[in-house]
Amino acid sequence: MYDVVIIGAGITGTMLCRKLSQYRLKIAVLEKANDIAEGATMANSAVIHVGYDPEDGTNKAELNVKGALQYEQLCKDLHCARKVTGAYIAACGPEEEASLDVLAARADARGIPYRDLSREEALKEEPNLSENVTRVLDFYTTAVVYPWEVANACMEVACQNGAELHLNAPCTAITKEDGCWRITTPAGDFATKYVVNAAGVHAEEIHNMIGKAEWQATPRRGEYYVLDQDVQPIRHIIFPVPSKEKGKGVLAIPTVYGNTLIGPNSDFLDDPDDNGTSDAGLAYVRANISKTLNNIPLNRSIRTFAGIRPTTTSPDFIIEEVAGAPHFIDAVSIESPGLASSPAIADRIIEILSQTLPLEQNPDAVMMRKKPVVLAELSAEERNALIRENPAYGKIICRCEQISEGEIIDCIRRPCGARTVKGVKKRVRPGMGRCQGGFCEPKVVHILARELGISPLDVVYDAPDSKILQSENRI
Amino acid sequence: MKKVQAIIIGGGSAGLSAAVTLKKNGIEDILVIEKDEEPGGILEQCIHNGFGLHTFKEQLSGPAYAERFIRMAEEQNVRILLNTMVTKLTADRVVEYVNPEEGTVQVQADAVILAVGCYERPRGGINITGTRPAGIYTAGQAQRYLNIDGYMVGKRVFILGSGDIGLIMARRMTLEGAKVVGVAELMPYSNGLPRNMKQCLEDFNIPLYLSHTVTEVFGKDRLEKIEMMEVDENRNPIPGTEQDIDVDTLLLSVGLIPENHLADQAGIKMDPSTKGPFVDDRYMTSVEGIFACGNGLHVHDLVDYVTLQAAKAAEGAVSYLQNGKPQGEPLRIQNGNQVSYCVPSQFYPQDPAEKVTVYFRVRTPLDKGTLVIRSGDKIIRSVKKRKLVPSVMEEALLLKKDMEGLTEPITIEIAEE
Repeated sequence: MYDVVIIGAGITGTMLCRKLSQYRLKIAVLEKANDIAEGATMANSAVIHVGYDPEDGTNKAELNVKGALQYEQLCKDLHCARKVTGAYIAACGPEEEASLDVLAARADARGIPYRDLSREEALKEEPNLSENVTRVLDFYTTAVVYPWEVANACMEVACQNGAELHLNAPCTAITKEDGCWRITTPAGDFATKYVVNAAGVHAEEIHNMIGKAEWQATPRRGEYYVLDQDVQPIRHIIFPVPSKEKGKGVLAIPTVYGNTLIGPNSDFLDDPDDNGTSDAGLAYVRANISKTLNNIPLNRSIRTFAGIRPTTTSPDFIIEEVAGAPHFIDAVSIESPGLASSPAIADRIIEILSQTLPLEQNPDAVMMRKKPVVLAELSAEERNALIRENPAYGKIICRCEQISEGEIIDCIRRPCGARTVKGVKKRVRPGMGRCQGGFCEPKVVHILARELGISPLDVVYDAPDSKILQSENRI
Repeated sequence: MKKVQAIIIGGGSAGLSAAVTLKKNGIEDILVIEKDEEPGGILEQCIHNGFGLHTFKEQLSGPAYAERFIRMAEEQNVRILLNTMVTKLTADRVVEYVNPEEGTVQVQADAVILAVGCYERPRGGINITGTRPAGIYTAGQAQRYLNIDGYMVGKRVFILGSGDIGLIMARRMTLEGAKVVGVAELMPYSNGLPRNMKQCLEDFNIPLYLSHTVTEVFGKDRLEKIEMMEVDENRNPIPGTEQDIDVDTLLLSVGLIPENHLADQAGIKMDPSTKGPFVDDRYMTSVEGIFACGNGLHVHDLVDYVTLQAAKAAEGAVSYLQNGKPQGEPLRIQNGNQVSYCVPSQFYPQDPAEKVTVYFRVRTPLDKGTLVIRSGDKIIRSVKKRKLVPSVMEEALLLKKDMEGLTEPITIEIAEE
């Protein structure tokens, strides 16, 4: 019998799981995909919003501010990359400047620091701002992270504290049996006292297994360009002024490792898994980035992708015990600023759980993640000491991102380690660079096969059916 | 810091040719740095025939061609560091590399020759929308899986782009039992060598769709289907021409891009038309003492030219090591009508070489035209040419007497009839 089963290994589920793992509890995370962070957490703007945008009195407003404040320490504890870039909200004309005043007033009330910049002041730091931009608010504590790295690190800590992760375990039914919940999956049945529904775009399906939800999923797709590290047209995140209809609009985001993201658009979808890119979506991104920025070299794109926001008919996050279903907690409609809010969302869920679930601290729990070796961060002496100990750190596999075989092996051998080519890419970045794995993918396939003790023919890109190689050759 | 006379970055066809040439010219203290386990570079996976017609007057496979140079390098006692990645290059020619045996090492070189090769343009560099399943490879990647690792990537294959690697892979995968359904080419003409069009497509009845492109891919986990469309003269897809093709594999042969990360680091000026460094007639880049050759300089059609130009770069390095920079101010060699790029892009009129071969490509296929070499209004030479195609590199020759005393840049152009 589990104390808590969390459905979904996205940022909400993994963040909660890590925090819960400090208590003496039996916890499992059920994930329908073949890795952690495969849904909304994998494909979003990666911004730790500071919390000026959500309206007063909402869960979003409270949890965003509280969550964002936790990230600095969290990323230190988990050894996750985080870069404070600052966020420019770029107003074009008097009407939008009036909206800046509203944001500034909210920021003042919430204790969020910012600078109010004239066009000229802003241009000094961001010369590519378009001629439309008249005034800028700089929320200079805004940061970017690698969301999937954070989710992965959280899950790793939780697993070391005894939590379980079950991949390829989609829930097919949830029933109430002898006062507890029974969750059916192809990976087996899980009996549990508490269920947390953190299933992202699939949250409505999960909820409807115990009764019809009062809200409906309205998944929205966002498409992005990723630009080569060699072109860095911006230093801050550049937002247009947010609007109720269009959300945060098309932004430009400098990522942790020097690529630039341009996007997203916002398209409602019927299929919550339809994360393909589209002509119309990318055209929208191209057309709208020029509102705030000039000279964005979209011809230096190395990839386009789309992510699905787990939006619902509720304008606010829903974090509550479901009425009439005691011990079943929804953590749904976690759209933007869900990533920034996730540490505080976890706290809120734990608060709900604690009303009926005794939480006893586990003195053996370790909340920090063991620091992975990142060669790029080391001095030449440190690197050489490491290479003498383990020569695999001296063999560079990914020439674009300069990732060694040792780092790849580590990410496979760690708890919740990589099992797929995309899993390796998410954890240590070979394939993220300008050649997009053209050179290193065959080598990564080879390393995965060796480390997992399987044939290269059985190495997959991502899902279990995504094989890369089909047969041995004849000649 | 260790010191060495010359470092060659890259142990492929360009690097080996440069190394052998340096040795032959008495430069003894040299070091070749190769990232892979073996020297030879991309030739090792090019097991097809057709290499070496110019250099050795015979047809060799890629590995056999490489082997000849590896043997020459061995005979000359060229020091090659394998499994070694160059991680930094500075303008004052400090090379930092890392390998499993030595760790991170910095070496000061008197001359550096960049022979770093190129990479294939990935899917993200072109506009194909849709899902992101397994089953989409660059042609060279599929070639490596097949010829080095021994695995086929799929059974029903479509190829986008008629570059040479794509054409070679169409034949190779057919011979391995795959069904190659077709090849689409965005341009109204092929981008591969004429002989590859014949031997790789026509001989195997593989259809070539000119002025077509792949616009979208389908399939959640593994590729299931592609959408192909015809394009208009501006290369935009024509609505109504959508055609779905069921395949499990899409190979992309949509362009090679010189690998220029190290050159950028050293502050070397890049030529937007080749995407490699600007070089002078001694193959020296804008940074003194750093030379460039091979596909990292501009993408070649034949390995024979890689060998030849790398040898010239090495001769340039020898001259620099012995005599320093050429005298006087350089003069530009620039692209004229119908010429998409020229290498080298400058020369020294006060210190001219015996002769300079300018390699160039035309923008579009031309049945005939006249190659005109001029300096300002002065025509230095004009030569009638037939069957000019972008996939075949052309040459323009400058003799010492042509260059002496010139004050106006040289323009290479094709006068159309």
